[in-house]
Amino acid sequence: MAEKAKPRTPIESGCPDGFKNMHPMMRKHYGNWHYHEDPQPGVLKHVAYGGDAIYTVKAATQRILDVFTLRTLCDIGDQYADGHVHFTMRSNIEFFVTEEERVQPLIDALTTNGFVVGGTKNSVATISHTQGWLHCDIPGTDASGIVKAMMDELIDDFKNWNMPNRVHMTTSCCQINCGGQGDIAINIQHTKPPKINHDLVANVCERPSVVARCPVAAIRPAMVNGKPSLEVDEKKCICCGACYPPCPPMQINDAEHSKLAIWIGGNHSNARSKPSFQKLVAAGIPNNPPRWPEATAIVKNILKTYKDDAKDWERINDWIDRIGWPRFFELTGLPFTKFHIDNWRGARNSLNASTHIRF
Amino acid sequence: MDKHDTPMLDELENGPWPSFISGIKRLRDEHSDQRINGVANSLLGQLEHSYETKKGYWKGGTVSVYGYGGGIIPRFSEVGDAFPESREFHTMRVQPPAGNHYTTDSLRKLADSWEKHGSGLVTFHGQTGNIMFIGTTTENTQKFFDEINEYGYDLGGAGPCVRTSMSCIGSARCEQSSLDEQRIHRALINNFTDDIHRPALPYKFKFKISGCGNDCMNAIERSDFAIIGTWRDDMRVDQEAFKAYIELKGHDYINENIISRCPTNALKINEDDTLEVDNRNCVRCMHCLNALPKALSPGLDKGATICIGGKRTLKIGDLMGTVIVPFMPLKTDEDFEKLNEMAEEVIDFWAENALEHERCGEMIERIGLPNFLEGIGIEVDPNMVDSPRQSSYVRLDDWDEEAKKWFDSKAEAANA
Repeated sequence: MAEKAKPRTPIESGCPDGFKNMHPMMRKHYGNWHYHEDPQPGVLKHVAYGGDAIYTVKAATQRILDVFTLRTLCDIGDQYADGHVHFTMRSNIEFFVTEEERVQPLIDALTTNGFVVGGTKNSVATISHTQGWLHCDIPGTDASGIVKAMMDELIDDFKNWNMPNRVHMTTSCCQINCGGQGDIAINIQHTKPPKINHDLVANVCERPSVVARCPVAAIRPAMVNGKPSLEVDEKKCICCGACYPPCPPMQINDAEHSKLAIWIGGNHSNARSKPSFQKLVAAGIPNNPPRWPEATAIVKNILKTYKDDAKDWERINDWIDRIGWPRFFELTGLPFTKFHIDNWRGARNSLNASTHIRF
Repeated sequence: MDKHDTPMLDELENGPWPSFISGIKRLRDEHSDQRINGVANSLLGQLEHSYETKKGYWKGGTVSVYGYGGGIIPRFSEVGDAFPESREFHTMRVQPPAGNHYTTDSLRKLADSWEKHGSGLVTFHGQTGNIMFIGTTTENTQKFFDEINEYGYDLGGAGPCVRTSMSCIGSARCEQSSLDEQRIHRALINNFTDDIHRPALPYKFKFKISGCGNDCMNAIERSDFAIIGTWRDDMRVDQEAFKAYIELKGHDYINENIISRCPTNALKINEDDTLEVDNRNCVRCMHCLNALPKALSPGLDKGATICIGGKRTLKIGDLMGTVIVPFMPLKTDEDFEKLNEMAEEVIDFWAENALEHERCGEMIERIGLPNFLEGIGIEVDPNMVDSPRQSSYVRLDDWDEEAKKWFDSKAEAANA
């Protein structure tokens, strides 16, 4: 009998060295940059002490790249830039040149091939997002689809400097929110408790872990139809879906009752004010593939109100800090409901315990 | 090939933004490998089915490569009979070079390997920071890994383990950086390769590195251990460049957009149009440096503020990281050793004390910050709080001892 091939032992090399791939001008001036300018949307000019400069051209892609698209990007990088690229944390690709006259041909090549140059300074940046129906095991929607449909309508705000300050948007397909905090976040919000397939729970789920996952202790072990299963106290349940990943028979996704909610004012930066979490502004929005027009309409309304009313440099959270939440709801026409008043731990800190009221 | 109809997905080929659906269709229609054509067709069919029914049809499982316990997101289709060619569709999480720098050659090489063994779909990068090679079979995970591992790539984290790290472009191309992000990123994360590849922690643990308080990596909220650049000495002011900004923009603009936007009122324009900075009260928020990059620069005594405990919603609600080290110099080998020792202390204490599926920030919330600090051997510091406690419901038995500690540590610092 032939001896079975010995499996290959992995080389635990960890994170590769970034310097090997870095543009030579960036290697040369590592830690020695003096300032930057914004010559036009989508383009940055960084100047090092001593005067050397590097131009960055930033472009958006579809994020889920097929190898053809990836090779097209490489071809552009070879022909019009210096063969070095960088990906931003919002999955934009950045190309580099060191001569100003090479900037426009690079932009033209990207644009001709369908990529969108922009996303710098006070623009609407690419929506950072997650996997959705394409690959996730617990998604309530398809982030890639929402992003595509929404960016089709916001593309001018990506390509231009229309906004008071930058707008970071995110979208997430469940309440775990892999998309993270955003100036505007479009996230799944379930509105009904999970539907439990009691025949499967005992075999599929580690019941004590599922009980422990629930943020409001609404799940308890139970015998159902003579089989060990789990039951949910539906009055306590906050429909967060935390039980679904460890226990797929507790189906939280629902074609009708899994809705979208919109949250605003999340901001990681320390600039001006301390980092802030996003706050609920709109909910009950239909999860409506393939184009999600209802969600896009609300986002556009918020962006227009922000653009018209905010001052230069105000991020959405800074703007609302100045004008107050009552004015936000007045200006956007969005309803303010009892659901906007927090009742989770620490909620008292979000109440207005003062006579500070704008009239 | 019998192509699945995709009327809903076809709607996502309209409009000016690049379409991921068109990309998947190119793999179905134009790729020379029939295997890839079939996988893409099957994937489109399943995705269309999701769009029609508003449900996902992937389930997890256990897949890894020889010697590792993680790094792969296993996906098995629940509707594999209808869409058999993407029945197994796992994602390989691969660690990118620090700072996400690539040469086109390195991307082409990865593309070549991926179309040999996978679907031909890839994302740079997922939200944790990995290159996401989306879609391969259990059998091919090992082949793809063996191939790319030979030329320098390694798997990232998935599951309850130390995760792949992210760092901003920082010193490579940004004037605001106070850190050597490249070195910090690799020194930290490559010290934990075992904890990345063999998930054995209570839950995920993330490091993220941002060169300044603008925090482009969202480190303070999206990582358990955030390293954020700052400086201790005075910010540098080029007075001539500042005057030039006034000339260009006018006093009103500078007053409204710079001076009055300083959160601690630390800026003042003098009679002669020079800028006066109250550096002792500047909180390094970055606003004025962002707005006037030619005139204002970070100081030269650079280092990091370390915030611990950031995370998203589940289970107890969103948490920002809390200041644990207000300033840590990161220049010498000894500095880096200290950083690694601290990271090890934090992970060890958390691994010992956390409940299953409890993030570090949630554990701190449960046990209280003073207990966490005692556990990792770090003294209290008023920079850790927004304000001292408001509640008098506390036992103060050891007040004198604790006050003595404070004076002793002050004396020690003065003598150092």
